[in-house]
Amino acid sequence: MRSAMYLARVVGTVVATRKAEGLDGVKFLVVEPVDDEGRPAGARQVAADAVQAGPAELVYVCTGREASMALDEPFVPVDLAIVGHVDDVDFHPGALVAGTSTAAKARTKGAARRRRR
Amino acid sequence: MLLGRVVGTVVSTVKTASHKGWKLLLVRPERIDGTLEEKSYVALDLVQAGEGDRVLLMREGSSVRDLVGAPAAPVHAAVVGIVDEVTRS
Repeated sequence: MRSAMYLARVVGTVVATRKAEGLDGVKFLVVEPVDDEGRPAGARQVAADAVQAGPAELVYVCTGREASMALDEPFVPVDLAIVGHVDDVDFHPGALVAGTSTAAKARTKGAARRRRR
Repeated sequence: MLLGRVVGTVVSTVKTASHKGWKLLLVRPERIDGTLEEKSYVALDLVQAGEGDRVLLMREGSSVRDLVGAPAAPVHAAVVGIVDEVTRS
């Protein structure tokens, strides 16, 4: 997937005094992509911080042109931005097996109940 | 657009303004042979999908921005349908 949103963890900060126009006041953090269970899963990258993320925090990031839209000044030279703090990830490993949709079952059950009424 | 499977939900209370009010899902894209990719992505949920659902995943920024009604939202991916069946000929 070329451009995407995915989970990452804040692992450092970047200080840059001289920056391209439009980047004044933008905070940069080093983020490391993580998998569904929070384990490191990919190369570290520098991201612009749009949500005041803190050290070691789990966040989700947005890549590509859309990243700059998270900042006060859109269309600045930024291709990765932290767009939200992650409080919790509710991962269902069982969903990796096909045909185990609990959501689908709940919908079917609801429809059957409505029919009975 | 891609086929994918919902493998979880992401809870985020503090997020960029344009994402407020939208549920976030963890989605694994599906390969042509039906197996899932190793990496999950975060997508906005437009159709009340749940874990285990096979879904239609839109991953084009401007279309998603159009769907959520925010012309300058930092968003790429959205779940836009729940797939009942796929046939191959």
